[in-house]
Amino acid sequence: MRTAVMDDQTIRDATCIVGVGNSRYGNFPETDDYGLGVEALRAALDDAGLALSDIDGLIVGRIRSYETFSEMIGLNRQKLNLQLNSAGRFSAVSVMQATQALMTGQAKCIALVYGNNGKSVRDTYGGAPGLYSPWGFTSPGARHALMARRHMELYGTTSEHFGHVGMTFRRHAAMNPNAVRREPFTIEEHQATRFVAEPLKLLDYCQINDGAVALIMTTADRAKDMKKRPAFISGFARSDDYSRASIYPEDLWRAPLQDVASRVYGAAGIDRSAVDGLMIYDNFSPTVLFALEGMGFCKPGEGGPFVAEGNLALGGRWPTNTSGGHLSESYMQGWALIAEAVRQVRGECGERQIPDCEVVQYICATSISSSIIVRR
Amino acid sequence: MSYIKPLPAIDNWNRGFWAAAQDERLAAPHCLDCGHIFFPPGACCPRCLCQRLNWKTLSGRGAVESWTVFHQLYYKGFASELPYNVAVIKLEEGISLMSNIVGISNDRIESGMAVEVVFEKATDDITIPKFRPIGPVRPA
Repeated sequence: MRTAVMDDQTIRDATCIVGVGNSRYGNFPETDDYGLGVEALRAALDDAGLALSDIDGLIVGRIRSYETFSEMIGLNRQKLNLQLNSAGRFSAVSVMQATQALMTGQAKCIALVYGNNGKSVRDTYGGAPGLYSPWGFTSPGARHALMARRHMELYGTTSEHFGHVGMTFRRHAAMNPNAVRREPFTIEEHQATRFVAEPLKLLDYCQINDGAVALIMTTADRAKDMKKRPAFISGFARSDDYSRASIYPEDLWRAPLQDVASRVYGAAGIDRSAVDGLMIYDNFSPTVLFALEGMGFCKPGEGGPFVAEGNLALGGRWPTNTSGGHLSESYMQGWALIAEAVRQVRGECGERQIPDCEVVQYICATSISSSIIVRR
Repeated sequence: MSYIKPLPAIDNWNRGFWAAAQDERLAAPHCLDCGHIFFPPGACCPRCLCQRLNWKTLSGRGAVESWTVFHQLYYKGFASELPYNVAVIKLEEGISLMSNIVGISNDRIESGMAVEVVFEKATDDITIPKFRPIGPVRPA
């Protein structure tokens, strides 16, 4: 009997990211998701020392059409061309798909390109008709506000705890020239900002901007002679939960995140103590607490104090979102966090570099809870 | 004055919910095979994939599970109501849905607060289920 199984040992460190690139982030009505995507792709190819002719696979995220983009960049005869859903949860999924395609020989060198012009088209992330619009309910922010409130009621978490998440990442952003928000803020300043969907305040929301990120992925053997040291995809896991997708998950994604935690370290052949830094999907500040608790970095309910104690700061136990993340650098839906993970394990992060950084873990708490472990 | 807030988009799956509301009943789909009651309405029972469903009238009583208060305007029709609440209500039957808590100021809402359904007529064709507290509420 023939079986076709790629197990953790086969996948571990067999593929890698060999190029990362990003556009500038901001408000750019003179271009769009395509134009910014090209900017990021060119930067990533240059970073990898490759030409477009080396690329035989393409995965696009949020860019409106894989077909238009392929025509625009003149990429033909690719063996893989995927346009995944534009939700941020698909950034990690894209990397997983690329690894699987490389492992099965579907493609030899894949460009993953994400482009977003949400700022210049005034994307409001709310206000569309929906199941609960007759009651005035809309927006991802309000959904996270419901979860934040539940966390507060269950565990005594405070708005100040949420403030510590953003304040920590903003200090990191001050060391990132490409971050759109670099001026530090205090907890008092966080508290003084207006509510959007209470209990979430303006500073609990990510920074919507135009921008793009590209990654170039290939197999470890092909990466040997390339321009830069590869960042290996050491392991990954995902766990989906849609049981209350129209409201919010009652357990704040703990069960799916625990499922991810139970597999991702084994996949990478490490335990949590080997992780030098974290990149956590921070669409809203409380999401970071759900991710930390679900993945077991702290106990359920202890996320707030865990962050306030400085564990996520540079110099802390697990420096997190050293780029500033979505709350300060730009809302690039996980893509820029994955690029930052690569730059950290390469040691390219300048004053925000995590010392002797070998292993970085990306975590996204959402309906597709996911994690990727990247190592040098 | 005409109704300016968003109205429901009635489809093949939620039609029974809105028909019941017009009749001042809170109803949810009920699986004829396994007996599961669920929300939101959909094409099948999420527990057994059965497509033989009917509508079950619920008690209309439940408790506040969580809530948010909108301070930012997304729907123009809600402009005069800012800041307004939206709460997740866990009903006695075990299912949860979102609605507004009426008859109480936003700062007196708390989790676990007992509530019951009330019906607000929006248009000739649409009645919207909302919830009000039953029993004592905390001071503001």
